[in-house]
Amino acid sequence: MSTAVAQKKGFGAFIWDYLTTVDHKKIAHLYLVAGGLFFLMGGLEAMIIRIQLMKPDNEFISAGLYNEMITMHGTTMIFLAAMPLLFALMNAVVPLQIGARDVAFPFLNSLGFWLFFFGGLILNFSWFMGGAPDAGWTAYAPLSTTSPGHGVDFYVMGLQISGAGTLIGGINFLVTIVNMRAPGMSYMRMPLFTWTVFVTSTLILFAFPALTVGLFLMMFDRMFGSVFFDVAAGGNVIIWEHLFWIFGHPEVYILILPVFGVFSEVFSTFSRKRLFGYSAMVFATVLIGFLGFMVWAHHMFTTGMGPVANSIFAVTTMAIAVPTGIKIFNWLFTMWGGTIQMTTAMLWSVAFIPTFTIGGMTGVMLAAAAADYQYHDTYFVVAHFHYVIVGGVVFGIFAALHYWWPKMFGKVLNEKLGKWTFWPFFIGFHLTFFIQHFLGLMGMPRRYWKFLEGQGLDTGNLISTIGAFFMALGVIIFLWNVIYTAFKEPKASADPFDGRTLEWSIPSPPPFYNFKQTPLVRGLDALWIEKSEGKKAMTPAEPLGDIHMPYGSILPFVMSLGLFIAGFGFIYQVDNPVWLSLVFIGMGITLGAMFVRSVKDDLGYHIHKEDLEKGDGQL
Amino acid sequence: MSNEDILNPKQMPHEPEKATLEGKNKFLGFWFFLGGETVLFASLFGTFLALKDSTAGGPGTEELFGLELVFVMTMLLLTSSLTSVYAMYHMKNNNFSKMMVWLGVTVALGFSFLGFELYEFYHYIHEYEFTFRSSALGSAFYTLVGFHGGHVLFGLLWIVTLMARNAKRGLNLYNAPKFYVASLYWHFIDVVWVFIFTVVYLMGKVG
Ligand code: HEM
Ligand SMILES: [Cu+2]
Repeated sequence: MSTAVAQKKGFGAFIWDYLTTVDHKKIAHLYLVAGGLFFLMGGLEAMIIRIQLMKPDNEFISAGLYNEMITMHGTTMIFLAAMPLLFALMNAVVPLQIGARDVAFPFLNSLGFWLFFFGGLILNFSWFMGGAPDAGWTAYAPLSTTSPGHGVDFYVMGLQISGAGTLIGGINFLVTIVNMRAPGMSYMRMPLFTWTVFVTSTLILFAFPALTVGLFLMMFDRMFGSVFFDVAAGGNVIIWEHLFWIFGHPEVYILILPVFGVFSEVFSTFSRKRLFGYSAMVFATVLIGFLGFMVWAHHMFTTGMGPVANSIFAVTTMAIAVPTGIKIFNWLFTMWGGTIQMTTAMLWSVAFIPTFTIGGMTGVMLAAAAADYQYHDTYFVVAHFHYVIVGGVVFGIFAALHYWWPKMFGKVLNEKLGKWTFWPFFIGFHLTFFIQHFLGLMGMPRRYWKFLEGQGLDTGNLISTIGAFFMALGVIIFLWNVIYTAFKEPKASADPFDGRTLEWSIPSPPPFYNFKQTPLVRGLDALWIEKSEGKKAMTPAEPLGDIHMPYGSILPFVMSLGLFIAGFGFIYQVDNPVWLSLVFIGMGITLGAMFVRSVKDDLGYHIHKEDLEKGDGQL
Repeated sequence: MSNEDILNPKQMPHEPEKATLEGKNKFLGFWFFLGGETVLFASLFGTFLALKDSTAGGPGTEELFGLELVFVMTMLLLTSSLTSVYAMYHMKNNNFSKMMVWLGVTVALGFSFLGFELYEFYHYIHEYEFTFRSSALGSAFYTLVGFHGGHVLFGLLWIVTLMARNAKRGLNLYNAPKFYVASLYWHFIDVVWVFIFTVVYLMGKVG
């Protein structure tokens, strides 16, 4: 059922359609909208932080609220904005790029979304239920285990539930990419975006369980009286740091790798050249993924691990800069001699290169363990990770949205407004964060509520705040562009950018079964090969036949709702055991839904060949 | 393949668990899932190793553990893994009733394992006042072994559900992957136990 038909049936049916959908393209919409809303929340929190730091000795918000602000900003941006926005892209694009009609586990795909969404809700409910978590997004023990009130409990439950969703999503994409590729699409013919999603999914699979365990330990300590992090009873707070960063460092590569894929697609499309050094790019991606697991302790140089451990982790960390450098050069060489079109997507990508390179350079500086004693926990680190995360991940998401918007929504985003999004954001970004390197080197610690007059920090902080307003302006123009495009722009063709990969071989947006006939892939840049031989479309790999499709289901929503309810039970049973009833009700709902899922056959249905022949299969 | 062919196949292939695309996906996806589970347990093992001497004045591992009991539990679980292999053997030969018998034996062994485990915990708590809250060792021990026990319980409920659901209709290409994947899960639980036996009990007793 296409969206248009659902809308004709009324708003209720439209909502129901999205609650029960297992179509990866609609799940992409859900991730985009939910991730976008959380991005705005996180952005608002960032603005409040910057207003507080606008001038010395400011009293805009209280110290306690400030701690909640920085914690929620970091947690929201990483887990509830960046991750889901990337999942939106993965869902929207990967099945199309590999010539698949669906993902491997449509039901689990939907479950992954709802878990993430309800986890995010729990986290944000904390604002209205006595205060948000306030121990930083890294939640180091014992600060977190002894933080009064329920704030950190919301952090634990929210991340636990949304983390489960992410893990499920990762497995889904792994199997989709291994098992569902169209005939002829060997691994070394996969578009680079698909490759990076593949490696990112592997990282999710092996990194998230460490966080799961860390969160369990914290949950047990805070809610059930265990003493993992209670030094008086023999506990050890460093365990949290290790578990968190064994997850946390791979997490930053989970975020960056998919946008490396995005940039590769964008550079090659808008330079009208095949990607330079494709196999080196694949190799570098895999190597980054592998090394990403060997470096976590560079976040703990000042913890006191000793010189041997510090040296080893310093060296492995610096080694990651090598494959990253390979990528930077390959992108540059892709553009070299190409017929470059400076579209908005391309603008974001070109801007990414110097920005991210600065972030990589400061990364190598931080990796020098001895020097890190100076940088650690100062604004220098804040500048570093915003250069890589905003300059990399956020730029990449903007590039991807401008590039794939027609495939997701059937219209090309307005180019003029696109450029108006870019410039304030780009200038604002560098205004905000470049100066923070120097603030950090001058000794301004991160996460402090106030700074004092006369320490040379005033001007830098003011500039930084002004920059933040420019970034906000850019985001607002983007939102305006979304609305404007929906009403004013014409319908896009299947292939508005003269693309190279399979997603551009089918209509924008694609029918719900994606490919009427599975395409035959004859090489890298499958569509481009056909086009360069004068063909208009892909050669089908099969005769027209019945198409198997999965049924929608409300169960993923119900399962996640159950955990949402149980989450509150866990949090409040500390105050009064009566709340345990919520745990039982919630878990009962979840396990009941799992039981129903297990015993009820769900084999899906077939779209018949005759219907496909008739109206393009628009049922 | 039509739904009818999947639910009532005219003949069962030799590997019914991988005969459909859905089956293949499930098979591979479950292996990936077990990869993630491995990291989960590795993290728990790491935590346990870091805290294994943190007795906070309470009893330590050497004093607590009795290898006789743990040996019996190990035998029960190892045997249950073997019986689940028999079950899968009969699944591949399309012998539904024998498969059900062996799965039944597996489940019975699993439940008796859990019984012993509960007794063990009860014993530590009442004889030694060694609890989840009494020391960091206690927290780490009950969390690691309890996570495993929870997995056992979940696996048992899962297998029982599958058996009950399909008792009347026999094997087909739709439920074969489900049985197969459940048995994979069971093996995984068993392997984890072997590590628990070694790292927690043996090393706790002698190391
Ligand atoms: C050349 C590659 C990189 C190197 C060598 C590097 C190195 C480092 C080091 C040593 C730290 C710890 C600094 C400290 O706390 O004192 C750090 C922090 C951080 N890095 Fe990177 N990094 C690199 C790339 C990235 C990328 C690509 C991302 C994300 C997309 C990233 C995100 C972060 C974050 C979020 C933190 C701070 C976490 C926190 O304490 O809150 N880094 N980096
Ligand atoms: Cu790191």
